Amino acid sequence: MLLIPCPHCGDRAQAEFAYERTADSVVPLDAAPDQAVAALFTRTNPRGIDEEIWRHTYGCGSWMLIRRDRVSHAIEWVKPIGPAVLP
Amino acid sequence: MAKYSALSLLRGAFNGQSHWQPAWRHPDPKASYDVVIIGGGGHGLATAHYLAKNHGITNVAVLEKGYIGSGNTGRNTTIVRSNYRLEPLSRFYEFSLKLWEQLSDELNYNVMFSPRGALTLGHSDGDMIRLAEKGDAMAVQGIDAELLTRDQVMKIEPCLDFSHDARFPIEGGMIQWRGGTARHDAVAWGFARSADSQGVDIIQQCEVTSMVVDAGRVVGVETSRGRINAGMVAICAAGHSGHVAAMAGLKLPVESQTLQAMVTEGVKPMVNTVVMTQSLHCYISQSDKGGIVFGGDPDNWPSYAQRGHAVTMELAVQQGLALIPALSRLRMLRTWAGVTDMSFDGSPIIGSTPVDGLWIDGGWCYGGFKATPGSGYLFADTLANQRPHEIIAPFSLDRFERGSPVDENGTGPFPNHR
Repeated sequence: MLLIPCPHCGDRAQAEFAYERTADSVVPLDAAPDQAVAALFTRTNPRGIDEEIWRHTYGCGSWMLIRRDRVSHAIEWVKPIGPAVLP
Repeated sequence: MAKYSALSLLRGAFNGQSHWQPAWRHPDPKASYDVVIIGGGGHGLATAHYLAKNHGITNVAVLEKGYIGSGNTGRNTTIVRSNYRLEPLSRFYEFSLKLWEQLSDELNYNVMFSPRGALTLGHSDGDMIRLAEKGDAMAVQGIDAELLTRDQVMKIEPCLDFSHDARFPIEGGMIQWRGGTARHDAVAWGFARSADSQGVDIIQQCEVTSMVVDAGRVVGVETSRGRINAGMVAICAAGHSGHVAAMAGLKLPVESQTLQAMVTEGVKPMVNTVVMTQSLHCYISQSDKGGIVFGGDPDNWPSYAQRGHAVTMELAVQQGLALIPALSRLRMLRTWAGVTDMSFDGSPIIGSTPVDGLWIDGGWCYGGFKATPGSGYLFADTLANQRPHEIIAPFSLDRFERGSPVDENGTGPFPNHR
């Protein structure tokens, strides 16, 4: 289980969080069809490091971007999603 | 290959059972094969077996990073059934179930297929309507399905909590009597032994590190044991499908997540069928050794670590205990996890890829074990004829861009919402 450092609440148990999707799967509203299909339906899915969108659903409710390793589960960094960090 | 039989056992009794031979060879890889299969699990070995048996293609190598059956083939809950509502899925899984029924004979290897019944419980009027609808859809396909009343369920599984204050009251159920369980390791070993005896090279401790692409066509693989040229390359890598496909520059519609299972200490027979439910995501069966085997949701977040997290495990156990309170006194012996390639509609991905010479059999989510013989049979047919077999045609890689997913759960295009 992960110990996720929420940007607002500090270290919290993973049970309070929900995984949403990977950062590269966010589609601009004016995306071309092939671009939208690629973002919606395909994933890099690396056996290694990727950036993901999580939400502190059962806590403060905020969204965040987490960069972590999918084999060791080590979290590299967590950033709050806001104007500065739009994935 | 020496045939296993009662007679050979008896004959062996007179010479100290010294007649036993290794069930498969450990060959060094050749420089080139007609077909290279990446992944020595049930699906890869079954594909090799049917390529040799049905199509006479025996210049085949199965490359396995660890030892055969060490991935999801050895990590599932061994359930075999074909009770699906959508026609492409029920048609495929029924094809597979029919192969299961005669698999021990076909392989001359006891896979211990035990059709003890796959029971789905209904906990509300809504559940019973869904079950009746699914049962009707199955019956139309010629698949056995029987809708059960509460009293009938009580006769089949008396250990369930039928009290009036049960957390999940049982209103009835639906059973597929031909469903059941099988011995998962024996499936890998049986297919391996049969494929090997027909000339297929099973190469263990051989990790594929990259693909050799020439003018847009895959012509071989680089491995930890050197380069191997191939007429065709077939990916049967389950949770690592995406990882392997990326070596050829492909992005697949899958996300790899952890799926857990667990088993208790052995007890006398108490769970007679495979118990599943329409509302919960918990499935319970009793192994031949007597252990109660639990399975639940995937962990619902991406991971390649073959270990699960406690939240999901607790949820599965809570649901199991609510259904069968007597289990609360049992000790949990082991828990384990496999990496599943969760696709975006919960259905598999079989067939060609945009890269010439590269074929895929993956995206099995948590339905891969019961598909093993069917997938091997149809994928071998697909490889031999260089076109998707009609039963697996709905599961093509390009179905998402064409807008025709096969979404059994109706939960939309999110692998973590399955």
